[in-house]
Amino acid sequence: MLMVLGYNLGPLLAQSVLGLINGAFYALLSLGLAVIFGLLNIINFAHGALYMLGAVVAWVLLNHLGIGYWPTLFLAPVIVGAFGVLLEKVFISKLYKLDHLYGLLLTFGIALIVEGLARNEFGSSGMDYAVPASLRGATRLGFMIMPTYRAWVVVASFVVCIATWLVLEKTKVGATLRAATENAPLVQSFGVNVPRLITLTYGAGVALAALAGVMAAPVYSVNPSMGSNVIIIVFAVVVIGGMGSILGSILTGFGLGLLEGFTKFIYPEGSGVVVFVLMIIVLLIRPAGLFGKAT
Amino acid sequence: MEISRRSLLGTAALGTAAATLPVTRARAQGKPVIKIGVLNDSSGPYRDTGGKTSFICTQQAVEEFKSHLNGYDVEVIYGDHQNKPDVGAGLARQWYDRDGVDMILDVPTSSVALAVAGVAKEKNKVHINIGAATADLTGKACAPCIVHWSYDTYMLAKSTGGATVKAGGDTWYFITADYVFGQQLQRDTSAFVTKTGGKVLGSSAYPFPATTDFSSFLLQAQASGAKVLGLANAGGDTVNSIKQAKEFGLTMDIAALLMFITDVNALGLETAQGLHLTESFYWDMNEGTRAFTNRVKPKTPDNWPNMIHAGCYASTLHFMKAINKIGPAAAKAAGSNIVDAMKSIPTEDDAFGKGRIREDGMAMFPSYLFQVKKPSESKGKWDYYKTIQTTPAEEAWRPLNEGGCYFIKS
Repeated sequence: MLMVLGYNLGPLLAQSVLGLINGAFYALLSLGLAVIFGLLNIINFAHGALYMLGAVVAWVLLNHLGIGYWPTLFLAPVIVGAFGVLLEKVFISKLYKLDHLYGLLLTFGIALIVEGLARNEFGSSGMDYAVPASLRGATRLGFMIMPTYRAWVVVASFVVCIATWLVLEKTKVGATLRAATENAPLVQSFGVNVPRLITLTYGAGVALAALAGVMAAPVYSVNPSMGSNVIIIVFAVVVIGGMGSILGSILTGFGLGLLEGFTKFIYPEGSGVVVFVLMIIVLLIRPAGLFGKAT
Repeated sequence: MEISRRSLLGTAALGTAAATLPVTRARAQGKPVIKIGVLNDSSGPYRDTGGKTSFICTQQAVEEFKSHLNGYDVEVIYGDHQNKPDVGAGLARQWYDRDGVDMILDVPTSSVALAVAGVAKEKNKVHINIGAATADLTGKACAPCIVHWSYDTYMLAKSTGGATVKAGGDTWYFITADYVFGQQLQRDTSAFVTKTGGKVLGSSAYPFPATTDFSSFLLQAQASGAKVLGLANAGGDTVNSIKQAKEFGLTMDIAALLMFITDVNALGLETAQGLHLTESFYWDMNEGTRAFTNRVKPKTPDNWPNMIHAGCYASTLHFMKAINKIGPAAAKAAGSNIVDAMKSIPTEDDAFGKGRIREDGMAMFPSYLFQVKKPSESKGKWDYYKTIQTTPAEEAWRPLNEGGCYFIKS
């Protein structure tokens, strides 16, 4: 046991590790939201439903087509991303000139329809998705047992987050994208097809949600309501991190996972509200969020 | 583009219509009609444990009994309470007052059940509750027009809790959904654990709903050193708790205090094997249960009946037998007339066998402690349970004088 000043640090360490695992999902989900909001100015309430769709697609691929976890990790985001592209083309692109509220209402409606149809088709009990054979088992860390799959989730999510940030901040594509959101006509005059760029960005944000869904499938049951459970917290993450700030949402995602983990240990009844209490405090002190730029 | 939007809207509209339209009609001109309203969660978390299958099983009872109806017809309608007490109570009022509904059936989710029971009591109309766990329906919230069938928190706690302590599981840690149902289930189970010489070492009450990750509570449970993990929750929460307990290599015995065969199906035998749980009905128990299941299976092929669905079937049969006895005029006059008749004749059906309704409205049947089979033991679809212990009807339920029902003289 790890003893410091007479205290047993084991449980605290274990809770921090668990917090980081949940934080990995928050980070991945809020990353997609931040990309979409930061670059498209759309508050994408359908994000949770699309995350659920990623998990459902993974389940369908495995159970109806026999396609395993690893190819699915690539296929499901592509399929759901394509659905996202369709949504953007057909509905969302009509709303860019209007107030944020219209986008919010539209995507909320889409979320309700997608969830309702999924529940009608797949029921509400949830469906089992087995952990892939190569990631089964667990490691004894001394203070806790660490399932291999969860360790993989933390590492994979971290890598994807950093990669996304690098693409947006350090590459030419990212620079073009950011420029297009600032001044679309100017970028267009350089020969860039801005509407297509924006459509693809929405598709990419949606693909990130679907990727999180695939990674979540073996941890939680694949359940049509899995998205609505997590979406509100993820919104809080984005607000605390600063609407549209990529790095902010990554750091806040992991950070809030930790905070929630500690709360579950100290006062479990409060674990549902701690994130929102923090959100209120941040909004009072720094309305633009921890990493956001005041406008 | 237009077409896809329109067809989406069309689907949504159809869904709403199906939820409120009467589907079963067994009516000839001129005869009085007894109306049954099945009210449950048809779109949320309890859709599979109750939902449409409850409605199908109620219709099944009406179809089978059609030729015995004595001077009246029966119609069944279906509604969704969305797990909201105000929605449930509102619909109950409308059904009793305006739509001529004579009996409201099922009503899972304890908070909604208590609200609907209040309306039934005020109007002296029949409410037969199947889906809710709260033992208050035959206790503090009892009424002469209310019957509670299939299970309650006391019966679950006694069967699963009592048996586990007897088998050596004498120290407990609870993971509890932080609302009426979870708290009552934990309270009742703790009482049995301590009464039989066991000890409760701790508990974690988590916010309900919106909790999907239970790993933190599972590690705290493990650290407490208790031998048994009591899950005072239901549905998807139970499924996730068990799944994650396996993942984190929890070495405790798990007692799922409320679990249905539909949940076992969602978990898969690989994960669920070895669990103990209590139901009052299992499709593969005897000739009668198998015959009943074979009759309804074609109508609900992906969701086989659990004790809630079977309860809807059996209680509807008994309800119609009672009306046969007193006649439709007396039945329409007061709900308590029907329930008095239900209490005065013994029950008998394929799903539960023989039994009776006690004075306080409790339907008296044995409860069964099951263990979930290993994948290698299961011979086919939905072959999930082994019977471990049977608690006889007279011992399974809370003693009549302990419930605090106002019209029971102790």
